[in-house]
Amino acid sequence: MHNQTLKALSEALANGQVSSEELTRHYLERIAQHDPQLNSFITVTQEQAMTQARAADQHRAAGKATPLTGIPIAHKDIFCTQGVKTSCASRMLDNFIAPYDATVVAQLAAAGVVTLGKTNMDEFAMGSSNETSFYGPVNNPWDTDYVPGGSSGGSAAAVAARLAPAATGTDTGGSIRQPASLCGITGLKPTYGRVSRWGMIAFASSLDQAGPMTQTAEDAALLLNAMAGFDHRDSTSTDIEVPDFTADLNRPLDGLRIGLPKEFFDQGLDAEVGAVVQAAIAQYEKLGATLVDIELPNTHLSIPAYYVVAPAEASSNLSRYDGVRFGYRCADPMDLEDLYKRSRGEGFGDEVKRRILIGTYALSAGYYDAYYLKAQKARRLIKNDFDAAFQQVDVIMGPTSPNAGFKLGEKAADPVSMYLSDIYTISVNMAGLPGISIPAGMSQGRPVGLQIIGNYFDEARLLNVAHRYQQETDWHAQLPAAFA
Amino acid sequence: MSWEVVIGLEVHVQLATRSKIFSGSATTFGAEPNTQASLIDLGMPGVLPVLNAGAVEKAIKFGLGIEAEIAPRSVFARKNYFYPDLPKGYQISQFELPIVGMGHLEITLEDGSSKRIGITRAHLEEDAGKSLHEDYHGMSGIDLNRAGTPLLEIVSEPDMRSAKEAVAYAKAIHSLIRYLDISDGDMSKGNMRCDCNVSLRPQGETEFGTRREIKNVNSFRNVEKAINAEIEWQMDELESGRAIEQATVLYDPVKDKTFAMRTKEEANDYRYFPDPDLLPLEVTEQTVDRVRASLPELPAQKIERFQAELELSDYDARVLAADRVLADYFETVVAVSGAKPKLCANWVSVELLGALNKNDLEIDASPVTAEQLGGLLKRIADNTISGKIAKQIFEELWNHGGSADQIIESQGLKQETDTSAIEAIVDEVIASSPDQVAQYQAADDKKRKKLIGYFVGQTMKASKGKANPQMVNEILAKKLG
Repeated sequence: MHNQTLKALSEALANGQVSSEELTRHYLERIAQHDPQLNSFITVTQEQAMTQARAADQHRAAGKATPLTGIPIAHKDIFCTQGVKTSCASRMLDNFIAPYDATVVAQLAAAGVVTLGKTNMDEFAMGSSNETSFYGPVNNPWDTDYVPGGSSGGSAAAVAARLAPAATGTDTGGSIRQPASLCGITGLKPTYGRVSRWGMIAFASSLDQAGPMTQTAEDAALLLNAMAGFDHRDSTSTDIEVPDFTADLNRPLDGLRIGLPKEFFDQGLDAEVGAVVQAAIAQYEKLGATLVDIELPNTHLSIPAYYVVAPAEASSNLSRYDGVRFGYRCADPMDLEDLYKRSRGEGFGDEVKRRILIGTYALSAGYYDAYYLKAQKARRLIKNDFDAAFQQVDVIMGPTSPNAGFKLGEKAADPVSMYLSDIYTISVNMAGLPGISIPAGMSQGRPVGLQIIGNYFDEARLLNVAHRYQQETDWHAQLPAAFA
Repeated sequence: MSWEVVIGLEVHVQLATRSKIFSGSATTFGAEPNTQASLIDLGMPGVLPVLNAGAVEKAIKFGLGIEAEIAPRSVFARKNYFYPDLPKGYQISQFELPIVGMGHLEITLEDGSSKRIGITRAHLEEDAGKSLHEDYHGMSGIDLNRAGTPLLEIVSEPDMRSAKEAVAYAKAIHSLIRYLDISDGDMSKGNMRCDCNVSLRPQGETEFGTRREIKNVNSFRNVEKAINAEIEWQMDELESGRAIEQATVLYDPVKDKTFAMRTKEEANDYRYFPDPDLLPLEVTEQTVDRVRASLPELPAQKIERFQAELELSDYDARVLAADRVLADYFETVVAVSGAKPKLCANWVSVELLGALNKNDLEIDASPVTAEQLGGLLKRIADNTISGKIAKQIFEELWNHGGSADQIIESQGLKQETDTSAIEAIVDEVIASSPDQVAQYQAADDKKRKKLIGYFVGQTMKASKGKANPQMVNEILAKKLG
């Protein structure tokens, strides 16, 4: 049952082959059985899930089912869930029970999904390996010595090990796509503004975007249908029509123009990963696409600019965690300054503190122009590169990650080398574009993802392009043996 | 050495919107602590601000009121600092691109002349909460009801040269915001607060001296006192050869002294940057035109009209137009009474304002309404009563309410205009004052004018004030020969 796609489960629920209660119990049992090897969940909401499942079954019996009614999923622990601990994988919020639901959570609940629990992640979504979590690292189901990627590492590992048919994630610099790539699942980062950020704990507000993490593009389309849409509570969400993302999945790819940026295939790319990506691109040629060599000459600016903009915003976004109103408060503060210093010093982990320091520095008087303003200019250049490219091509393809992952602890002591693992994903966030990572092959027993980047609000085409590939290949259907 | 004082003001005005600037919480003053604080006001994880269009409209009104350019695009920025009553650890404000650009305001000085004060900018921002230090057993309480209340910060040019000018400017701002109906400007509730930047320079010097900023002054009186105390302190320092260090200071009204809170070196680096949660604020020309069309008559226009149409003096016009409620009151009195505007102006600015001042009341709390006063002045205008009786009735209205006509009727205060009745009283007065009559008749014209006052007074007294004074004068003049 668990190696079925969300789409297949939806059909099974619809024709009565299985109830949501049975399905939910099955996944809860899988979590209980397998998650000790992965640590992909921070909180499992067992009772609530069963209650929701029974309600979903009643809903269906009353003839009011949507395609998602009764489907169990997991939420990254960055989304506020009313009455349920919402920790952002930080000691700072270890005691935080959210008093409200994020829009993403509320919309999916309204569509009838059942929440299995909250998945592990890098602390405040800062990391590419899931090693910065207060609750410990997540292991990659394909090889538990390896990281699952991050920051949505728990969601990626849970879906890859089929502990949940699908999960939500968030992507600030690659946090959906990179773990999707490393865990062999499909991960979509929608256009900035497509999905509401209300109730999604902010890391870098101008970059953060929620998206689905699933087995297939078709599943992603089903989830995105429920997640997307304008939200008056998020001023940066875009008031633009939301299409049915499943409608065009099967459109033929004849004449599709695929841009291949030379900067995505440079010497930093692992040879085996490069070969997998080239093979996937060759598959697209067979499907009728044409290849266009393009340039994104400012790609090299994306990491340095990102590591100014994101920490700058984070340094401000994380100021509210001061021990005054909620979250961690140090024991026996002597005075206000002591309360601030120790609550924040003890409540935040090293990577979070590192980024707060970087961001604070970048915004300081005398440095603002040299760092923050300059980074914003670089961001404009990066966006202009993409705008120019999309004059010539329909989608851009390349690797999601420069390698097929790394071992736990391998890069923990070297933040910069960790930061470089997001080289192909970050520019997409800097430009606000949609991007998807789909499984495209293996390297030394670990999955490799193909990244497809689309124009603004062109998620339907990304999903179509991804889906057609998944009709021809079965990389997305592979399941790590230990979790079969 | 003789010093020139240079003053600039930053005035914070709480905009009278129903809900907060970035959340739907109510802004009512005086509610139980933290009952008007939503998730957004509490700075909960994951919440986002949404701009209140009403606050924007009020800022535009102000901008048009000072003839400033309304920025077609302005940007909200985060001002980062830690304080317990600042829930997010930053205040959303406007920094590089404010909504209101350069404008100006005329102020009236004590000698009746006017002066134009430049206004550098005005920008929208959210207020912080309040820290409560009493009654918490050595701890502090936080009340976030005020957090997120919309403020307009109005920054003047350093155009004022005395504490009195600063007060006149603050009063002009106060008057304008009440005219525009964007704030009640109630300083006692903190709905208007002034930061006063004060520096001194040698007379004739063109460079500015180092300024110190007096924070959060909360009454017009204290604006004057605080600035004067600060001037005195700076003058002492400079004349003793010490340099002024840039600093933020507070004014202690009890000691009548300013004292430093923090120096420039201890100042926060606010790390302003554009708030990524809010898009740039775009204001179209159509919006500006729509707001412009909704503007009421402003003080300057009203002063002009009071002089041109109502033939008031410049002084009277300024006094009456200074406050929108007062001006409306005055115009109602004119309309209801049908009396000469000059008479109405005198009554409103002398009798009414005098009584209000004595009782420490604002015009909106006047026990005598404009309709009541108009009804009273109507009876002066039609000669039913004399001015003297009118004052008596005014007091009655003030203390017990009712209408002038009722009081005139019930107390029999109607003016005596029957010639024969007045003649009878006059005859009695003349008969009982032979010495004064002899004196009068022996006197020349010039002296007679003085001496007749005695007879008028006696006649009025005998008539219990009801005799028409003009008729009394005429009859006396005739009878005394």
